[in-house]
Amino acid sequence: MEYVISVLLSGISVGGQYALIAIGYTLVYGILRLINFAHGDVFMVAGLMGIYFTATLPFGEAIPLVIIVTVLLGFTIERAAYKPLRSAPRMSVMISAIGVSYLLQNTATYITGGQPMTYPVIPVLSDTVNVAGTQTKWVVIITPFLVLVLIFGLTQLINRTKVGMAMRAVSKDFETSRLMGIRINSVISVTFIIGSALAAVGSVLFFTNYPAITPTAGAMPGLKAFVAAVFGGIGSIPGAVLGAFLIGICETIIKGLPSSWDVSVFSDAFTFALLIIILIFKPQGLFGEAATDKV
Amino acid sequence: MGNALHLENVTMQFGGVVSVNNLTLDVPEHKIIALIGPNGAGKTTAFNCITGVYQPTNGLIEFMGKPMVRNHPSRSMAKTYKGENADKFANEAPLSPTPDEITGLGIARTFQNIRLWKSMTVFDNVLIAKHQHAKQNVFSAVFRGNLAEEKRMREETMELLKEQGLDAYKDELAVSLPYGLQRRLEIARALATKPTLLLLDEPAAGMNPQETAELADFVRLIREKYNLTVFLIEHHMDLVMNISDYIYVIDFGSEIARGIPSEIQSNKRVIDAYLGTTDEEPE
Amino acid sequence: MKQKKKTFQIFIGITILLLFVILLENLSTFIPGLPQVLSPTSPLFTVLKKAAVYSLVAVSMNLLNGFTGLFSLGQAGFMLLGAYTYAILTVPTAMKDQVYYLFGGCAFDFSLVDMFKGMFGESGFGGAISMILGSFIALILAGCVAGLFSYLIGIPVLRLKSDYLAIATLGFAEIIRAIFQWQKFGPVTNGANMIKGFPTFSDFNITGPSGNVILRLSTFVPFLVSAVCILLIVLLINSSYGRAFKSIRDDEVAAEAMGISLFKHKMLSFVISSFFAGIGGALFAMYVANAQAKAFTSVMTYEILLIVVIGGIGSVSGSVLATFLYVACSEWWLRFLDTEVYLGSFKVPLLRNGFRMVVFSVVIMVIVLFFSQGIMGNHEINFGALLKKFQPKPERKS
Repeated sequence: MEYVISVLLSGISVGGQYALIAIGYTLVYGILRLINFAHGDVFMVAGLMGIYFTATLPFGEAIPLVIIVTVLLGFTIERAAYKPLRSAPRMSVMISAIGVSYLLQNTATYITGGQPMTYPVIPVLSDTVNVAGTQTKWVVIITPFLVLVLIFGLTQLINRTKVGMAMRAVSKDFETSRLMGIRINSVISVTFIIGSALAAVGSVLFFTNYPAITPTAGAMPGLKAFVAAVFGGIGSIPGAVLGAFLIGICETIIKGLPSSWDVSVFSDAFTFALLIIILIFKPQGLFGEAATDKV
Repeated sequence: MGNALHLENVTMQFGGVVSVNNLTLDVPEHKIIALIGPNGAGKTTAFNCITGVYQPTNGLIEFMGKPMVRNHPSRSMAKTYKGENADKFANEAPLSPTPDEITGLGIARTFQNIRLWKSMTVFDNVLIAKHQHAKQNVFSAVFRGNLAEEKRMREETMELLKEQGLDAYKDELAVSLPYGLQRRLEIARALATKPTLLLLDEPAAGMNPQETAELADFVRLIREKYNLTVFLIEHHMDLVMNISDYIYVIDFGSEIARGIPSEIQSNKRVIDAYLGTTDEEPE
Repeated sequence: MKQKKKTFQIFIGITILLLFVILLENLSTFIPGLPQVLSPTSPLFTVLKKAAVYSLVAVSMNLLNGFTGLFSLGQAGFMLLGAYTYAILTVPTAMKDQVYYLFGGCAFDFSLVDMFKGMFGESGFGGAISMILGSFIALILAGCVAGLFSYLIGIPVLRLKSDYLAIATLGFAEIIRAIFQWQKFGPVTNGANMIKGFPTFSDFNITGPSGNVILRLSTFVPFLVSAVCILLIVLLINSSYGRAFKSIRDDEVAAEAMGISLFKHKMLSFVISSFFAGIGGALFAMYVANAQAKAFTSVMTYEILLIVVIGGIGSVSGSVLATFLYVACSEWWLRFLDTEVYLGSFKVPLLRNGFRMVVFSVVIMVIVLFFSQGIMGNHEINFGALLKKFQPKPERKS
């Protein structure tokens, strides 16, 4: 029983952290039809900044600063690497995204010297708490609630504000929205800003749980979050969140299986297997809309 | 002679929208038949059903007397189906060949918004359409055990280009051609697949009156030379009235009239639905 | 015929190139006192070997991404399959217990090289023949295994569109990697540990009775295999099938309407590309002298993809050229960026470990953003035109 609770708790918590990253993917894909391969690396950079900033600043200042700088990074990446390719084939933009990912990873290697860095112990979040007989960190408890609050705020933003309406319009029809006078570039920037901010929050939670940061630490969580986004139906925020929680729980279950089976190598592969199954049998995901091509 | 193409109760429904409704028509062999109708009437959708781009929701399409495409509304579509004759084909297995299989049977088409292979030369555009009839496999192709066939394919391609007056442009990129020649190249490419039925989707779109008149002669010429049946969608009424043996008119997916050109010209429903509401000059 | 003459020219060109490689790597044996660069341990030969291997993989990826328009990111997975197939098939039986000591020996008690040694003899000429036959057949089988798996993977994934195809193939590559690292398959794959002891490039050097090298062929071998494979790919691209691939890349709907079966041709391109990626993977294993699953990550695929982009998507000669430049820069010419330099007491800023890769990725981004055509665009190097530049112009009779 205790075991079940601990697996569930950490599953939900990891899932929540994936959810925060997944939203960045799903929003960007919804609007640009681009798998932003660099998003996982932005998440990793946010983690590294958390280490460097907290070394000199108190937590109360460092963490908002991390979020602000991450947002700037996301904004800059979009303006520098994706905007010039707006009319280029989709493959070029994706290659550019891979290039940015490569650049961020290599820069991180250069700055850190390639050694794994240890995330600081953040008070409150890292304190342990006893839930139904299981010792766990506060972050595990807080994550799902924080995620739900953020998601609620985001859906309000998308459904109630003018920017949100523009985002919905652009994701439905890019060209028509442009013709209707929506300022595409600012909508896209807003999307990247929201995605990066959530990724920054996600990084604080995730790395408090798994404190070792290597330059490639963002790649796997990034891909998993993308799979979550596809699972939920790309473009759908509730879908992405649900997908992320599911993947988080499944992953923790696989990692928790008896070590004699040695199936933990499959915890990453499982996510991809799930992805492939979805793509084959229900390519529009749980809540996505099927698209038809015009000939 | 029999029918080259026969459509029976063909319905195409996208979600809740019925684009083609219960269309039944015949295209007799060696004739030039036109399908006309206002913009958005479902003409191109009908072509896409015939060429396998879409699988019709309901109906039967026969080619040369043999069933080629067949479907009936099933699963979720059975509940939301708005068309007619839902049960007519319910007991027969659906047939849904891919576009390349349909082309292999002998149906070739052109596209409304020209779809040439942009990065390739005029010559290659036509040569590729010969690929499906080539007898070579990957190994004989790589190790060049097929030089005779390759030579024959190139000669036939050259012949088609000459016939279209495109031989002077053979090494130019297909997209660098003027619009009218791009349309001709599309026809040459379609002919390269050795069709018995040629579907032309607005072949005169964007052409000036002189080019349109030449096109009419040209369509007749290739019909004789290759013993073709031609089924075309067109907006240029002068062209349609000039070359068609028989005309079908559809509006909002359903047939509103059929007849020989003179009948269509004087048909009140057609004038109301189509000629009266567009800028086209009725001739 | 023009075509025949061109093929003949390419054939001559490749032969000259291969002879030149043999000459280059043996120069220091015959003429002592040459600059360090030509000694067998020079980075020049490391670069040449690695670039020969990578250029095959890059061209195979270009066949798929550049010529067929299928954005696949599974290359590392197929290389892994090739590398393991080659390794498992050629580790000498005597070595197996040592390599697989964690699993109490290999479940697969067979080695192609040993099998041929049984036929042709252990040493001398017979031994050489066995080694050559064994490793070349293993290379081909490596390609076949990768091709077979790609066929199975292709059935579900080739229906997917651009970016979904990319992520699905990437996913399959990761799944393959996980399976090969699984300890339960240890007796075959050696789990997460490396397989070694199989014939590598340096085993092709011809040695005298006392063990001294008579003729070096360790750079020649990867050049030979890659050149033959790339030549086959070029022949394919210039055939009717290659044209069909290009038509799918340009416009799928039109290709299908002109009677080209999308599934059949996409599958063909996918399997052929994977076949050569498998051979490339086997060559990579020979180059690093081991086969280990953790080397074949998605980072490797990205690296190859970037090479293809630098060379020009849709250009074989561009890919080859870009590979040699890329490998030379990363392994040799830009190495200085990674070492700290002092001018007197002044330390040159920025130069330290890792800086090379930063510069490198910036250069790549610049190419992606501002020179999206790459070095060659979708054109090929025209050797005929190049030759003419160096020849005196023939006088024209007027």
